[in-house]
Amino acid sequence: MKPVLEFFRIVRGEMVKTFLKKRTYIGFLIILLIVPLVEVALKLEGGRFLRMSMRGIAQDFILLGNLFNGWFVGHQIMNSLWVQIPVLISFVAGDQLAGEATSGTYRLILIRPVSRTKIFFAKYFTTVLYVAIFVSFLGVLSVGLALLLLGRGDMIILQQGILVLQESDVAWRFVMAYILAAWSMTTVASIAFLMSSFVENAIGPIVGTMGVIIVLTVITVIPVETFSGIREYLFTYHMVVWQKMFMDPVPWDDIGISVLNLGGYTSATVAAAWLIFVRKDILS
Amino acid sequence: MNSEVILSTRNLGKKYKDRWAVRNLNLEVHRGDIFGFLGPNGAGKSTTIRMVLSLVRPTEGGVELFSHNLKTHRARALRSVGGIVEKPDFYLYLSAVRNLELVGALSGGVDKKRILEVLDLVGLTGRAADKVKTYSHGMKQRLGIAQALLSDPELIVLDEPTNGLDPQGMKEVRELVLHLSRDQKKTVFLSSHLLNEIELVANRMAVINKGELVVQGDVNKLLDEGGRYVLVKGGPKSKIQAVLKKNRKIVTGFHERNGSFEVKMDFKDVPGLNKALVKAGVNVAALVPRRSLEDFFLSITETESRV
Repeated sequence: MKPVLEFFRIVRGEMVKTFLKKRTYIGFLIILLIVPLVEVALKLEGGRFLRMSMRGIAQDFILLGNLFNGWFVGHQIMNSLWVQIPVLISFVAGDQLAGEATSGTYRLILIRPVSRTKIFFAKYFTTVLYVAIFVSFLGVLSVGLALLLLGRGDMIILQQGILVLQESDVAWRFVMAYILAAWSMTTVASIAFLMSSFVENAIGPIVGTMGVIIVLTVITVIPVETFSGIREYLFTYHMVVWQKMFMDPVPWDDIGISVLNLGGYTSATVAAAWLIFVRKDILS
Repeated sequence: MNSEVILSTRNLGKKYKDRWAVRNLNLEVHRGDIFGFLGPNGAGKSTTIRMVLSLVRPTEGGVELFSHNLKTHRARALRSVGGIVEKPDFYLYLSAVRNLELVGALSGGVDKKRILEVLDLVGLTGRAADKVKTYSHGMKQRLGIAQALLSDPELIVLDEPTNGLDPQGMKEVRELVLHLSRDQKKTVFLSSHLLNEIELVANRMAVINKGELVVQGDVNKLLDEGGRYVLVKGGPKSKIQAVLKKNRKIVTGFHERNGSFEVKMDFKDVPGLNKALVKAGVNVAALVPRRSLEDFFLSITETESRV
């Protein structure tokens, strides 16, 4: 019991450090600015955005009810913000270890009678908690505000055609989608964490993580035969697993594969980061 | 004094690429010591301290603290150790109290009363709630000492604790070290390149140069071994030199440095030398008996040969 208590005492300390640091809130602030801005703009434009999105296929359907609603906009926001979210996540995750090196505080914490392993996992635990809080914040704000501004109704999904989900079938899909999004962002955070373990400034991990994501995303989406054999093994291929929650029927098997793939990347990067951290000479 | 060894290094070495920063270092710090760890800049003091506090993994050899091997029993070995490594760095956006709470959490938990106690000891009570980013260098240095004392350790490792302090700040740190040793019975491992500072507080010392141990032992004994000399100032130099060469019975050696002569001799013969100098027509400006650790330190780290 004592080691567990000690671990959570360290976690508490890491949370104090993380959540009292201004940079932690930059991501929240950006989301807090961008989401209401986009949603208010969409409300002011009325259904023009939906009509534009359905241009060319609208004449084939008779759409009844309020389809330009909070669910639709919440989904669109989730789709469009998913490029920026990894940057904001790596902003904090990349600072967890490298920030200590930059500020010289490794010398303060790593001379204590507590193992580096405990410190490492306390930091990682805090990072995962941050990811969970951040993704939840994005979800609650984007969907909640959209529902408040634009009301409810059946949800229309414009991806490779039109899918309309009954309103009663939507909320749980959003919850699951955000859980999966948090899972994939944990992989991103773990990569940033790995980068953070072997550099001594916090910019490196952010740039490095985004570099990895960009390169692998290009390989994932570019229709070149050479990459076809490896594409499905790249985490970027599975990073948008949450989108599958808005398919009908939900492809649970595919989701399971993606979850395992992302979990594999997370485990591998965390293990590598741990190995580097416990063997690292503190020279800063 | 109790002679129990509480810190020892055994053939300790650290190699960075092709360069040995520390090599074959064998130190022994006894309980109750104020142990001065001397060396010029770049001698390997900080690397040694980093190995002692487990920030850097030795390339060879090992460290024992309180009879626990640091490599195999890290937590036990460090349980009774506090320290500052180089300049004191903190979470600048947090208050002193918050910083110490964080440090305390990593040291088995420390209550608020103890935090306030150590802040009081270093004279920071009035600024305890202020963010560390508003602190001066001297205040950060004092906070560094406070965090080193937080868990009430038996051994306190201070790496150049007076670096960047003004003379008053340096004096306060010296007094604090003496207070910790005399009144709180702490063992202090104190590194510095400001040698007079060590001379004023340490009872045992080691000198390191180019990563290797030069000498280790009791400060007074080492001072005696280092010899005594008299600094002769005046002119003309040719006459001083002639007198020194002529009086081989009392002068065992001398050399010129910065316009003065450092003369190896027994202090009881100083009046005799003065008489001889005056008699030879030397305008004597000063005859200063010297026995400082700084001279000793210089004598063993300089490559310059003596007469």
